[in-house]
Amino acid sequence: MEEQSHLQCIAALAVLLPLVGSALWFSLGKKFGEKFVSIGAVSFLALSFACIAYIFFTATLPLRINFFQWLPLGTSSVSFAFLFDPLSLALSMVVTGVGTLIHLYATGYMHGDAGFGRFFSYLNLFVFSMLMLTLSDSLPGLFLGWEGVGLCSYLLISFWFTDEANASAGKKAFIVNRVGDFGFLLAMFCIFKVFGALSIPEILQTVQAGNFSGDDLFWTRLACFGLVLGAAGKSAQIPLYVWLPDAMAGPTPVSALIHAATMVTAGVYLCCRMQPLFLLHLDVLNVIAYMGAITAFFAATIAIFQNDIKKVLAYSTISQLGYMFLAVGLGAPVAAYFHLITHAFFKALLFLGAGSVIHGLHHEQDMRHMGGLRTKMPITFWCMTIGVLAIAGVPPLSGFVSKDEILHNVWGNHDWTLVALAFTTAFMTAFYMGRLWIMTFFGKFRGHHEAHESPWTMTSVLVILAAASALAGILNWPHLWGGSETLGTYLSTVVQALIHHAEDPAHALQSSLTLAVVSSLVGLAGLTIAYFRYRNFSGEEFSSPAFRPFQNKYYIDELYDAIVVKNLRMFGKFLWKVVDGFVLDGVLNGSAALASRTSTYLRQLQTGLMQQYALWIWIGFLILLLGAWTGRS
Amino acid sequence: MSAPIAYVLFLSFAVFCFGACGFLIRKNALSLLICLELMLSGVNMAFVGFSRLHQNEGGNVLYFLVITVAACESAIGLALILNFFRLKKSVRLDEARALEG
Repeated sequence: MEEQSHLQCIAALAVLLPLVGSALWFSLGKKFGEKFVSIGAVSFLALSFACIAYIFFTATLPLRINFFQWLPLGTSSVSFAFLFDPLSLALSMVVTGVGTLIHLYATGYMHGDAGFGRFFSYLNLFVFSMLMLTLSDSLPGLFLGWEGVGLCSYLLISFWFTDEANASAGKKAFIVNRVGDFGFLLAMFCIFKVFGALSIPEILQTVQAGNFSGDDLFWTRLACFGLVLGAAGKSAQIPLYVWLPDAMAGPTPVSALIHAATMVTAGVYLCCRMQPLFLLHLDVLNVIAYMGAITAFFAATIAIFQNDIKKVLAYSTISQLGYMFLAVGLGAPVAAYFHLITHAFFKALLFLGAGSVIHGLHHEQDMRHMGGLRTKMPITFWCMTIGVLAIAGVPPLSGFVSKDEILHNVWGNHDWTLVALAFTTAFMTAFYMGRLWIMTFFGKFRGHHEAHESPWTMTSVLVILAAASALAGILNWPHLWGGSETLGTYLSTVVQALIHHAEDPAHALQSSLTLAVVSSLVGLAGLTIAYFRYRNFSGEEFSSPAFRPFQNKYYIDELYDAIVVKNLRMFGKFLWKVVDGFVLDGVLNGSAALASRTSTYLRQLQTGLMQQYALWIWIGFLILLLGAWTGRS
Repeated sequence: MSAPIAYVLFLSFAVFCFGACGFLIRKNALSLLICLELMLSGVNMAFVGFSRLHQNEGGNVLYFLVITVAACESAIGLALILNFFRLKKSVRLDEARALEG
């Protein structure tokens, strides 16, 4: 009991510190000044990270910390409680850890911005919401965090809201996410209908106990589809991925923290969290696998043709998230989670590196105006190199290990469509990352401003993240190659793998090594081709009209605009002009006009002549008298 | 020998009606006040008649009450007319129609 209350304080502290920070910087940010806010925001986050790490290293899992009863719901109730289990703790570690680093980086990146305090307020609020999302033990709590991160995403994308484009990018992200949230809510209703509870451990226990009627299975299937829709919205998968590339309008630390490392992985987290529910419906898992594979492939094809450095990374993020969903769909949640963690490191690194380049070039984002930065920004260059090699899948960096694990699972599944998609994507990933790397750092400088290296707050973070990206592979180094699969063992109590490789160890080692060699060759081939293609890049490319669909992102935005946005706008116009303007205003104005017209006649009675009023009294009196006379009994 | 109640009531009604008709047709505000007094007197006559008929004091008491109220009312009425005259240099009531709708 003593132990419990002590951990309760620490857990509350971990979650509340960012919230308190958010309120402080928002209300007093201007008064405190930049330095105070920087130190405060970073140290609050570091403390929160320390609290989570303390629980991570000391507590016996799973640990459920109850705070108070939150929503009484008929026979059951939802309590406000945190669930510390391997899934939530691993993600919380990433969120607060990478979050602290990115906060530190942002103090350099946002230096001199008028909205400095506001920025850190939103950023802290984001970390609070993200912790709510990961740690909540009930679906409503998770949903609270889910909406909170959506709100912060909106606020931070349109952070520089004086620019119309940024503001509308924020709105787009928010509205597309609402479509996903609709799925999440629907799923929650269905789950409550079947299980009569919203606490996640309770639901999963009931699921594992089995015993469902056909009717129940219908509702759980609907719930699964709802969750997939929610996850697709938050994690930018087909068909709801359109918001993420636009979300790059926000400041770069935001893109790194929210739109690469943490928030967009919430969908993967949700699917892993509810895995037992998905195991009831293997067809839904199949849908997830295909959704992920197709998203990974399409996003990669678009990424090749982008010229904005952040857009390339955005499509790359969508593509890598597709890999994670592919792994989840194949029943390999550990591989998905592993890739989630390594991706958080190397994609944060890549984004922050890109941010450093953008910062050094005075907000130039077009890669055609970069080049030759290798010597001008050496620290950024070397860190980016590690990031690029990691995402391209060059051994033994973290991206290689985690991607290889996913590819291994895809291979073991014997679905050749998925295999083809996954390997082509791996090749394209290496190609477009190589393109980015070479266009930015090699060749002649094609820019307009003099480039300079970024301050230590930014480069130190890059170095730390580069080290993490290089070494994170150890977390789940496969048994076959002499590793310990730490993450797999750690997560094995909460998620289960569907694919078992029941081969003899010698053969297994051989096949896994073959696969590893193939996948790293694929990655190296992509990088090499990119090197030869872009070595002497001069500023123009892809002029052939055959490339136009790729450059225009398959016209998906235009398609959505024609199908959804235009029609919604027309419907809105109909509501405005006809329903509001004609029907509602007509009723209101009509009744007012009626009253006014009647009163023009009635007011004639009021002549102002006192004797006439007396006459009316008389007439009234006589009528009463007459009534009394005729009505007498 | 007192007069039968029907006569008294008839007289009372006649006085009241004279007053009422005068109130409706005269234009002079002073005449209107006099007509009001006439109507009140008509009512008073009925009170006194009933008091005699029933052999109790209620009617007489009410008579005094009405007379008092009538005195007050004429005082207020005269004051109003006086002020109205100062304003319009006339006591014709059809000139007082500021409240016309």
